[in-house]
Amino acid sequence: MAALPSTSARRPRIAWSALLLSLPALLVVLVLFIYPFIFGFNLSLQDVDGSGPTLVNYSSFFSDPAQIDTIRITFTVALPVTIFTLAICTPLAYFMRQGVKFERLITILLILPMTLGTVMVAQAMERYFGPVGWFNQLLLWLHLLSSPINMLHNWLGVEIGLFILGFPFVFLLLVGYMSSINPDMEKASRMLGANIWQTFWRVVFPLSLPGIMVAFCLNFVANFGVFATDQLVGDPAGATHVLSVAAYDAFSNNNWPQATAISLIMGVLELLVVVLILWLRGWIVRGSVIGGVKGA
Amino acid sequence: MAQQTDPVRSSAGEPGTAIQQDLQPAKTSSRPVRKRIPWGRIIFYLAIGFFVLNLIGMVGSVILDSFGHQWFTSVFPASYSTEWYTYLSGDQDIGQLIFNTLFVAIATTLLSLLLGFPASYVLARRQFRFKGALTALYMVPMLLPTLAYGIPLATLLAQIDLGTLLGSSLANVIVINVVPILPFVILILTPFIEQVDVTLESASRMLGANRFQTFWRIVLPLVIPGILTAGVLAIVRTIAMFELTFLVADASSSTLVVALFGEAFGAGIRPNQAIDALAVIYTATTMILMIIALTFVKPTQFVVRLRGR
Repeated sequence: MAALPSTSARRPRIAWSALLLSLPALLVVLVLFIYPFIFGFNLSLQDVDGSGPTLVNYSSFFSDPAQIDTIRITFTVALPVTIFTLAICTPLAYFMRQGVKFERLITILLILPMTLGTVMVAQAMERYFGPVGWFNQLLLWLHLLSSPINMLHNWLGVEIGLFILGFPFVFLLLVGYMSSINPDMEKASRMLGANIWQTFWRVVFPLSLPGIMVAFCLNFVANFGVFATDQLVGDPAGATHVLSVAAYDAFSNNNWPQATAISLIMGVLELLVVVLILWLRGWIVRGSVIGGVKGA
Repeated sequence: MAQQTDPVRSSAGEPGTAIQQDLQPAKTSSRPVRKRIPWGRIIFYLAIGFFVLNLIGMVGSVILDSFGHQWFTSVFPASYSTEWYTYLSGDQDIGQLIFNTLFVAIATTLLSLLLGFPASYVLARRQFRFKGALTALYMVPMLLPTLAYGIPLATLLAQIDLGTLLGSSLANVIVINVVPILPFVILILTPFIEQVDVTLESASRMLGANRFQTFWRIVLPLVIPGILTAGVLAIVRTIAMFELTFLVADASSSTLVVALFGEAFGAGIRPNQAIDALAVIYTATTMILMIIALTFVKPTQFVVRLRGR
């Protein structure tokens, strides 16, 4: 904040003072975010012993079927849970937007997983969803199961963990977005004879689609980079050997060139998906001419 | 790049959106007049109730297990004791872990506020070329998986050995945590600064106050709620953030969440109840901070608000 007073400049000062004030944050982003990527890219072009430039880290990744498979695994872990979370959250958020009882209490309970964080959620799953945990005990007692289901240390475990972490975030994000849609649109739709289902599908859903897509992106980023959940309740050595686990394994073996190469592959793949979705979103937003969003 | 910037900018919000706005608009929901079974309501409460009950069960079973003497296949532990906390305190330096956790969270937050405030001020007040690009640059860390930027940065930090330079390996942990927390703080602060009336600043300047006085006497007091909001949310967020700290922490700079991961990952080395005792200490720490946070901010603010187009 010390930078503030020192910014009085001459006439064309707009850009200069803006630059000066932005400089501290800008430097941090450049030094701690952009530079590591350049440094990492450079490092990924070296061999473990420091010789290079070489593409060995990339060629060894793309020539090893097991390594290429981590890409497939990452998508089979990240995509289903993201789609499922969005599919559950959208109708629930639509309902909550109309006003419900205990709204504050529900919100407080829902931010619990976010405050607890990935590690604690995984640790609690270990107890609760384990073979003798309460969840299986309850299902057995209700005679819904004849023997406990194995919900941990497999693909299902990671999906459950990611859902628990992602659901509150996506839900509250969508409630916030949908509350900026003008309620008159729904009233008009109902008045013109549409039932609640038609109103949702034909009016609210199209208007919410841009928000749903952003929520999808943010949730997908988190799920694509899953690490702690995968290590603790997944099968990191086998069925859920995702990219971040592969990158971390190389990192912990002090094979830094390989680790940064995998990190960069992971970043590029994830950005491709996000850019694709945001491009679709831009296309949808430009294509629609409905002015249903307040203050748009 | 331009495509990417769009949602980020729109989620940065405009005056009033991030602050006091009720979730539901007018209470004029389109309930049908005829009396019928409220299926929507039933499904909504069942779904949320199911989720919340499982959540309570999850945390509850960890707490019970940590106080249970032994707990195998019964519904509840047979007998209770605090022996696992005693066991744990002989194993881990709990005081050090709690100190590191709070120190890292507070230092990261203060640093991010200090760096982020001027940046937010510019975003809220000025119009200039490349503003969109600048906003996008701040926000990219939020659009990448943590390990994708964490591993290159951790490698860099390991090579320049910042910890030795600054005398403590906690420095590494703080530096790496600033990367995602700074954009988060900028995102929250900007709409708060936008809300402060510009004419107040002009009036102050016109009445003879210099820029420093204007900032200190006018802008800062009016933005205090924003700083508090950003601060408490950043602290809560840093404490739960695991991956980055995990990459750079050593034995002396380990935090609660990293120690918990280490114990949980090496399950079988120590009794489960002792791991759960550590989990309870971690949970208690986060819960206390969450309660403090909730006295300053609305629960909905834990999630970044998405704006309409």
